[in-house]
Amino acid sequence: MAASDQLRFHEFDEAADLLAATPDATTTSVSERQSHVALDVGSSYDENEEGDESDKTELLSGQKQPPSFWTFEYYQAFFDVDTYQVLDRIKGSLLPLPGKNFVRHYLRNNPDLYGPFWICTTLVFTLAISGNLSNFLEKHGNTSFRYSPQFHKVTIAGVAIYCYAGLVPLALWGYLQWRKGVCLNVASYTLLETVCVYGYSLSVYIPASVLWLIPVSWLQWLLIATAMTLSGSVLVLTFWPLIRLDSRAATLAALTIVLALHALLAVGCKLYFFQKPVYAVPLHSAHTKAPGGAQLLTASHPRLNSSMTTPLRF
Amino acid sequence: MAAAEGSGAGGAAKPLFAGLSDVSISEDIPVEGEITVPVGSRSPDEDYSTLDEPVRDTIMRDLKAVGKKFVHVMYPKKSSALLRDWDLWGPLVLCVSLALMLQGGSADSKEDGGPQFAEVFVIIWFGAVVITLNSKLLGGTISFFQSLCVLGYCVLPLTVAMLVCRLVLLAGSGTVSFIVRLIVVMAMFAWSTLASTAFLADSQPPNRKALVIYPIFLFYFVISWMILTFTAQ
Repeated sequence: MAASDQLRFHEFDEAADLLAATPDATTTSVSERQSHVALDVGSSYDENEEGDESDKTELLSGQKQPPSFWTFEYYQAFFDVDTYQVLDRIKGSLLPLPGKNFVRHYLRNNPDLYGPFWICTTLVFTLAISGNLSNFLEKHGNTSFRYSPQFHKVTIAGVAIYCYAGLVPLALWGYLQWRKGVCLNVASYTLLETVCVYGYSLSVYIPASVLWLIPVSWLQWLLIATAMTLSGSVLVLTFWPLIRLDSRAATLAALTIVLALHALLAVGCKLYFFQKPVYAVPLHSAHTKAPGGAQLLTASHPRLNSSMTTPLRF
Repeated sequence: MAAAEGSGAGGAAKPLFAGLSDVSISEDIPVEGEITVPVGSRSPDEDYSTLDEPVRDTIMRDLKAVGKKFVHVMYPKKSSALLRDWDLWGPLVLCVSLALMLQGGSADSKEDGGPQFAEVFVIIWFGAVVITLNSKLLGGTISFFQSLCVLGYCVLPLTVAMLVCRLVLLAGSGTVSFIVRLIVVMAMFAWSTLASTAFLADSQPPNRKALVIYPIFLFYFVISWMILTFTAQ
């Protein structure tokens, strides 16, 4: 019956464009399961706290002052997400579809810092643990091998991932703000949305780094290619509508740099944490330092009778 | 009206206490006695000042509180005793002993060693602080130190696992010992996570519980990993 078809929930594309036009609007989002309505009224869950009276009086007076930078409530606004929202955003970053801009479709003016922070933390530990495990599995049969947890890899992974997820969005946001001043057709997302997109786009590397344990070489490179394609396309689809009206050279340069940095992170992580042992090349070491902050090192350890690990020298 | 009735009735009946005015005390009967008022001196015990008690009492009281919380962690029931009287002695003792047992190798050894004491210490405390901040930012109603207290006390099963692992490693370091260590560490990891979830889950908003529990899971997973990969130098 046509009436039941009209009663069914339809996705409105104009809503996404309306959101683009008014970036400060707060939205109400109704999930497809109709189980929860998320209202952006700030910290709406502290019904048992003593600060509730002040919140109520603010609401009743009709004017809600934005909390100042130095209060706790300012930062609570960045964590105003529910479980299903975080899961939806992760799914959207794993399977990017050309019609769905990540920022407009999934974030909907409600960017969060929970996803980027915990995805980066998980990725750091997953990389360190998988790297350690693959090291162990490769050298297990070797009699002179002595297992060590290689805990310094956690530190290195942490620095690399957090720098990438923090500084690259900052640089991109700064670049977009500058271009907005130069060329009026360029729009920009807020800094928080940029950080959010980058954080969620790293989520595909978590299963990839676990699957890199499988010691089949072509499979590992296939995984890298797939992971880079998926997360790179999330980034490209998100930022393409902003800069496509810019001059051709600037657009191409920006997109190339974004993708190049992303590829550098992926390949650097793969080569550093899952490196193949180099056997018995006497005292020959070659460094290649890459601008993304990751170091690719092929070296051989002069002490051949101890472990075959190749420690990184800064 | 009542006064008029009273005076009328009083005039008819014998006045009360009529004979009292005839009573007099003869002067040759001495009136003597003693009046003592007990001075209200409170003994020091009723004041409940802990300043004067012996040091042993003070220490035993704190030790008993810590021990009671250890028992609560090993048999996690839904009780609020852990939350109400929080203290950080237990977590400190557990963290220091775990870090002492976990530190691998000396600083100048060329091998890629295990985590140093400072790394374990920082991971445990910094991790607990980050998880507490995370749960508060998501809208939890638990206070900062209560959450630190719970997370620290729930490291107890993993410390026990570390002790068992060290003992098993003394016996040998082959595949059998690895499997035994794996089972013990996995069981204690599950115990830690379930214990801390039992204490912390109620204070979170209902549709964000998974968002709060996942970091706790990750925290105990990393500690378990450090325990499992410990190799005696």
